[in-house]
Amino acid sequence: MKIESLFRLKGMIRKEWLQIIRDPSAIAIAVFLPIFLLLIFGYGISLDAKEVPLAIVVEQHGQATDSFIGSFGANPYFTPRHMGSIQEAENALKNAEVDGIVWLQHTFEQEYLAHQSPPVHLIVNGGDANTARLVEGYVQGIWANWLNQEARLSGRKMNSPLQLEQRIWFNPGVRSTEFLVPGVIAVIMTLIGSLLTALIIAREWERGTMETLLVTRMTVIEMLLGKLIPYFGLGITGLTISLLMGRFVFEVPMRGSLTIILAASVLYLLVALAMGLFISTIARSQFVAALAAMIGTFLPAFILSGFIFDIRSMPPLVQGLTHLIAARYYVAILQTLFLAGDIWPVVLKNSAALLFMGVLFFTLVILKTNRNLEQQ
Amino acid sequence: MPAENSSKQTVAPLECTGVSKEFTVEARGIKALEQVSFTLKKNMVTGLIGPDGAGKTTLMRLCMGLLKTSAGSLSVLGFDPLRDRNTVLAKVGYMPQRFGLYQDLTVQENMDLYADLQGVALQQRGERYAQLLDMSGLTPFTRRLAGNLSGGMKQKLGLVCTMIRPPQLLLLDEPTVGVDPVSRRELWNIVYHLVEEEGMAVMLSTAYLDEAERCREVILLHQGKVIGQGTPSSFSNQVQGRTFQVQAEGEHKRVMQKKLARMNQVQDALILGKSLRVVTEKGQTLDSKDFPGHDVQVHAVPPRFEDYFVATLKTKHQKGGQAITLHTAIQESDSAVIQVQDLVRTFGSFTAVDHVSFHVNTGEIFGLLGANGAGKTTTFRMLCGLLPISSGSCRVAGMDLRTASAQARSRIGYMAQKFSLYGNLTVGQNLKFFASAYGLRGKHQKRQMQWAISTFDLDQYLKTESGMLPLGYKQRLALAVALMHEPDVLFLDEPTSGVDPLARREFWTHINSLAEQGVTVLVTTHFMEEAEYCDRLVIMAEGNLLAQGTPEEIKADNSDREGATMEDAFIHLLEHNGAAQ
Repeated sequence: MKIESLFRLKGMIRKEWLQIIRDPSAIAIAVFLPIFLLLIFGYGISLDAKEVPLAIVVEQHGQATDSFIGSFGANPYFTPRHMGSIQEAENALKNAEVDGIVWLQHTFEQEYLAHQSPPVHLIVNGGDANTARLVEGYVQGIWANWLNQEARLSGRKMNSPLQLEQRIWFNPGVRSTEFLVPGVIAVIMTLIGSLLTALIIAREWERGTMETLLVTRMTVIEMLLGKLIPYFGLGITGLTISLLMGRFVFEVPMRGSLTIILAASVLYLLVALAMGLFISTIARSQFVAALAAMIGTFLPAFILSGFIFDIRSMPPLVQGLTHLIAARYYVAILQTLFLAGDIWPVVLKNSAALLFMGVLFFTLVILKTNRNLEQQ
Repeated sequence: MPAENSSKQTVAPLECTGVSKEFTVEARGIKALEQVSFTLKKNMVTGLIGPDGAGKTTLMRLCMGLLKTSAGSLSVLGFDPLRDRNTVLAKVGYMPQRFGLYQDLTVQENMDLYADLQGVALQQRGERYAQLLDMSGLTPFTRRLAGNLSGGMKQKLGLVCTMIRPPQLLLLDEPTVGVDPVSRRELWNIVYHLVEEEGMAVMLSTAYLDEAERCREVILLHQGKVIGQGTPSSFSNQVQGRTFQVQAEGEHKRVMQKKLARMNQVQDALILGKSLRVVTEKGQTLDSKDFPGHDVQVHAVPPRFEDYFVATLKTKHQKGGQAITLHTAIQESDSAVIQVQDLVRTFGSFTAVDHVSFHVNTGEIFGLLGANGAGKTTTFRMLCGLLPISSGSCRVAGMDLRTASAQARSRIGYMAQKFSLYGNLTVGQNLKFFASAYGLRGKHQKRQMQWAISTFDLDQYLKTESGMLPLGYKQRLALAVALMHEPDVLFLDEPTSGVDPLARREFWTHINSLAEQGVTVLVTTHFMEEAEYCDRLVIMAEGNLLAQGTPEEIKADNSDREGATMEDAFIHLLEHNGAAQ
């Protein structure tokens, strides 16, 4: 009987595989979607500010003023636009021609020379909170830098009593690509594992092929394995593409070991597949399956995994909710492995959570899948 | 049951004892099968015959352990389908209604898959494949994708896949539904062949009563109950001497049908081309003397299985069905209401409708006859303006329905193939919704709804959810909705598919009375006999128009012998057009 069981499994895998290579949408999800998503997140969506248009209003020029203003033109973050009056600058801000205004009043030069602390007015467009905060930070940085430089050149004592020395760990360039790419990989794994798997089983119900499979002597385990193995292969394909692109196109560092990255990915892929299979035990139409996979797995992997939005800044209730999202653990592992290195406590803790979820879903799937048509 | 196993010869292929099955749908119990008992005989084809909803599929699923019985017991080759599931699955072949062919796999790949799943050893495959492919005529197509096969070939491939490991009992669930008559005949030949060569028992379900005669034995199932079991002739012999063919000169067949239906001794009168087929009441006969002053010829004809079904189940009160009376008279016109000229529709490289031309006159019942995939529904959708045409033209009541105004469209009534009303609205709510959708308001709306309710006898079901209605009533409701705005032209897409002969008769009584009042009716069907009810028809296959004319003309032009049926003519046409595989 063992031989027969292998025959059935081989038959199922071959059939699945033929269907995958003949179905353009499966290939698209496994091959083109990773490339597409990585390109969008790698190039299109950047959470960094670069060449932000900034209005500069100087009411009275002087040596110190011009030197300070000059440092805006000399860095890649801003494109300064000099304006004659604050009214003109405010209009530009209202018309979204600039994202912020640096306003040096006519007393600036005098007060600075008189060793008072003259105010630098900064007005930012808070409509885009992310850019606003970045502009604010960058302007502060430029101000601090310039003061430092002036102090060194003139031998004058700094007026600010405190000096800020910034060090950014793990991602010194503060390039958002470096933490977005690991997140994108998690999203892709979720799509292949859960969405595709849930869809193909629902398709068997819709087209009536399931009834025919049920009257063969195939066991539940054989059927599940027959579905799992080809889609696991497909997931690994997507993963490989993502890793290669991350490494060679976006030059994301891989500070942890590749073996651990792969091991964690295999673990997460199995969890995602188990979730897909679980959805398919409930949903018997492709429409319901797609909706359930989207709401149950894909969107949470996007929003609640910490991939884009920091989990710690979420309301406590939502933070609690993120513990139910498998992608959260995977994103944590990946970001650590990519950017920080083999930090074992992080890897082990999150892997344990993934393992638990995987076992849970597989158990549910095996219990819920039955070989008849009775509705439970 | 192990005791029985030892004496293999005596074990029946299938034995049902008091089998009942109840489903719960939205907290309501529905009895699919009630106290079904029968024993299947070996080495023969047994037909499980009954209309949709009779319980045929449920019974087959119970045999395969896909469902659990609510009461009673089943023994399949001496085994319990639930307890000894694997043994049963190894010995029984089952082909579900929609057989699980993978459309994106080739014929060969589908066969390989099922050989793997059924555990057929590699060295046995070559010979078995060759034998099955040869028998089904699929040998030249092994590399074709299953999705690109015609409907008939798909069914044959389904049968082949079921048979790769030779079963002792074969269960076929409606294998011939929607298949063209040539493929249907070939499928039957394969089944006979299997019984003879491999000595298996076959149970084949069908909703076509005319297929009963092809079975050695018949089990007639109706509303979940077994009405009888025996040879086909043992059924039809019970109405021996009560079946006649009536032909009247100078009288329209529909007028004649109404006359006959009113006669006391007549139980059923059915239009068959130019003549009528009559079943009389028990102990009554009919002859030409019953029609004084008319030129009417009456011949006794041999009874058929359907005659028995009708005679047994038709009650007096169902007799005839109710005629429909429209409020507004339809203007007569001499010109054709529907004109189709060189109509073409392509989907990519596939031509679904290939230069089709015909016209339909006012008050005519016009049929589009063809198998699934012949292009009927595509033609239909273009006529209704639901699908753009590739080339040619089609006009309905002088307009192109794709561009016509809503006002103009309201002259058209449409009844789709599947029940397309809102299943979770009540009958009354559906009527009201569709009345408003057709622009009926105020008093007029009330009057038309009242008309629909009384004409179609929907009173008792007004507050019932439409999805829960019996099939016949669903159909009445669908027709009522299509007619409430009193259209001049009525489109019916496969209106009687799967309904029992009684409901079909009732439906046609409605259609006939509409035609008498000048409504033009265009109807598609794959049901050979239904073509006989039409005034004129076209036969379609693979997008082409094969023949056009009255039923008599088509039958006379396309057969070599007297008394040929529409099916004979269809087969003749397919074979002479090279369209048959």
